[in-house]
Amino acid sequence: METATINNNFKSEEYFINMGPQHPATHGVLRLLLTIDGEIIKKVEPDLGYIHRSIEKMCESDSYQQIVHLTDRMDYLSAHINNEAVCLAVENALQIEVPDRVKVIRTILDELTRISSHCLWWGVMGMDVGALTSYFYGFRDREMINDIFEETCGARLTMNYNIPGGLMQDIHPNFVKRVKDFIVHFKTKIPEYDRLLTNNVIFQKRTKGVGVLAIEDAISYGASGPVGRASGYSCDVRKYHPYSALDRVTFNEALHTDGDSFARYLVRIQELWESISIIEQLIDNIPEGEHKVATNAVIKLPKGEYYQKVETARGELGIYIVSTGTKNPYRMKFRSPGLSNLSLLNHITVGGKIGDLVATMATIDIVVPDIDR
Amino acid sequence: MTNQELQELITGWFNDPAAVKLEFSEEGSQYLNVSIHPDYLHEMMYYLKINRYTSFDYLFCLTGIDWGKELEVVYHLESTDYRHIMVVRAKIEDRENPVIDSVQDIWATANFHEREAYDFFGIRFKNHPNLKRLFLYEDFEGYPLRKEFTDEKNMVVK
Repeated sequence: METATINNNFKSEEYFINMGPQHPATHGVLRLLLTIDGEIIKKVEPDLGYIHRSIEKMCESDSYQQIVHLTDRMDYLSAHINNEAVCLAVENALQIEVPDRVKVIRTILDELTRISSHCLWWGVMGMDVGALTSYFYGFRDREMINDIFEETCGARLTMNYNIPGGLMQDIHPNFVKRVKDFIVHFKTKIPEYDRLLTNNVIFQKRTKGVGVLAIEDAISYGASGPVGRASGYSCDVRKYHPYSALDRVTFNEALHTDGDSFARYLVRIQELWESISIIEQLIDNIPEGEHKVATNAVIKLPKGEYYQKVETARGELGIYIVSTGTKNPYRMKFRSPGLSNLSLLNHITVGGKIGDLVATMATIDIVVPDIDR
Repeated sequence: MTNQELQELITGWFNDPAAVKLEFSEEGSQYLNVSIHPDYLHEMMYYLKINRYTSFDYLFCLTGIDWGKELEVVYHLESTDYRHIMVVRAKIEDRENPVIDSVQDIWATANFHEREAYDFFGIRFKNHPNLKRLFLYEDFEGYPLRKEFTDEKNMVVK
């Protein structure tokens, strides 16, 4: 009878709660200010800037070669693709045509980066909803890609393998074999992922119908990458603005229409298959030739503005360079996929419960340095 | 729509294009650039989104630029129906008190991007529901991406 008394006298009231910056689901240093009524979320306000490093300001006094090295510190899980974005922007501005060999190698490594990022995401996603095993599985497979990168360019996380005009050095003689070995290995592992999480009843109950994003909202909020595509919004930069060797491969854009957390999960799983398919189409036919073209030691972009889009593991990354003709950019802006994807968090989690917020955040796949810059 | 058609369509929306300082340019950029006076920005942006020939429903980048004398806000727009891209620019001449209309009601993504521009350039967006610093803390003094900003303690000036 004691409970009944409490229920009669206890008025429900809204109160604030801080989530993060140390909660596992916040992926680093992000604080969420939650307004909740009991367990129901009334408002989510992200508090950013804990690791803001003023990269845009630093770019204004750095040379273009130096800027490349700053970008992999942004989205460190898509480091190779970020580097490529700046290189492509500079190459387009200078009208440099890089050799075919470079284009193909860049694309193969892009897709390896995507697989590696999705593996980490898959592992952490499972952990966020309470399945620790996936964490080890995801890292086990990601490790093989890290080894390939280490052999290719000496780094495992912040690669700096792309330079304006090509690649830092040629690929290692073992490269093709190792990539093929990885593909064979990984093709047997994705079904394992499905057995562990995708077909798991508890997992499905945690994610189905949770954090639903309608297609109009996805476009309005500037969602991109798997977050947009899970809502049926066809937004793959690789399809609409192909770069490097993407015009010579065929692949399907992973699209789902439910827009919930489970759809975002399925899109990424499908993208693993698509990335493998892209690599398979390219790995046997890496053209012979140089791995870079000569560029000036001091790169000066002609006066004007340059915009380059690429598809990172999290969505559309835009590099916007305003040049006045000097050796530094006058203004450099990074349109990061993470910031737009985070801005819709409040919209899709209000009315849900805190546990749903954790699952939703995991499927948005936030990398905080990408947002803070 | 080709750039020429876009240009004609947008010019037709205004009785006196010179009064709203409507200017088109493709020089030095891969996209069509449209400059407009800040007072008429919101109106044009609204039409750019709802008009069925332009249908710019995707604002993919919003940038502040400090040109020394004036501040500029640059909007990159794309249509998900037609896949054409256009750049809208608005220059604000008052550096001390820069104000421009918010487009947050047209594209929800502008909410965070405008807060970022406010944070770094001090540009105030009229009718923004929650205009406060995004990355820096509330008490931070100055606007770091302005060219005159210096911080002698923490900044290495090359």
